Amino acid sequence: MADLLTETRVAVGDRLPDHVLPPISRTTLALFAGASHDHVPLHIDSDFARAAGMEDVFAHGMLSMAYLAQMLTRWAPQERLRRWSARFTAITPLHAAVTCRGEVVEIFEEAGEWRARVKIGSWTDKDVQTLDGEAVVALA
Amino acid sequence: MIDRDRHLGVDSEPRTIEIERGFLKFFAKATGETDPIYFDEAAARTAGHPDLPVPPTYFFSISINPRPRRGDIFDEDEGLGIPMSRVLHGEQGFTYHRTVHAGDRLTLRQTTRDIVAKKGGALEFVTHETLFENAAGQLCAEMRVVTVVRNG
Repeated sequence: MADLLTETRVAVGDRLPDHVLPPISRTTLALFAGASHDHVPLHIDSDFARAAGMEDVFAHGMLSMAYLAQMLTRWAPQERLRRWSARFTAITPLHAAVTCRGEVVEIFEEAGEWRARVKIGSWTDKDVQTLDGEAVVALA
Repeated sequence: MIDRDRHLGVDSEPRTIEIERGFLKFFAKATGETDPIYFDEAAARTAGHPDLPVPPTYFFSISINPRPRRGDIFDEDEGLGIPMSRVLHGEQGFTYHRTVHAGDRLTLRQTTRDIVAKKGGALEFVTHETLFENAAGQLCAEMRVVTVVRNG
């Protein structure tokens, strides 16, 4: 199969396909708590969340980061992902629908290979940015 | 306020954790994953993997199942003892060196790298770094977690 992600085919300004997720329900959070081993009750127990001063349970930051990972691995197989990081800039409320977006901001050579620096982020359907980060992906 | 002298630079006790295939499938389901290499062994093999690959963020899940005691953000005896109601996830980063698969055994080594107060101490930022090594002693991944502690 021809490799589409080479340094000659990927350019600064290229947009990754948006990754659009369905709204986050209480079931989503219960399943993610169990599957991710993150049992912090702020995400699954409304009584606990309210006692901690929150309106209700809210989504794990790592759920949105898992969605961001899906956007990246749909664009390039995960063996190409060298490093990435994100800041959690706002909580993701219950019922929010997350969209992940990414854009190539630099093509550079490092450690003997071509790499793309991709600016990445996630947003709620109210257009609140919840993660702000950057990924480095190896090109063929 | 967190006692920096006590907690900064603390190395957690190493933990060796086996990657469970069933949990990788559960993680794929819980995140709505549609790429079968993450939940179907045959698809993973066709893509050149010996078994289901550990997805990029699952290293965080490995690191909390179980958590270490020494240096842990929540542990009241050996860690920082922060109540769960006062923490927020601030930042998260990963660096990868080789792919990890179901059935692999990883040894995790965590260090408390930084403790910084902001907004006059109303917020404190605690940085933990974790190294993931496979059974052959090869470094597979590195992880950086910044936890925000609300003191206000």
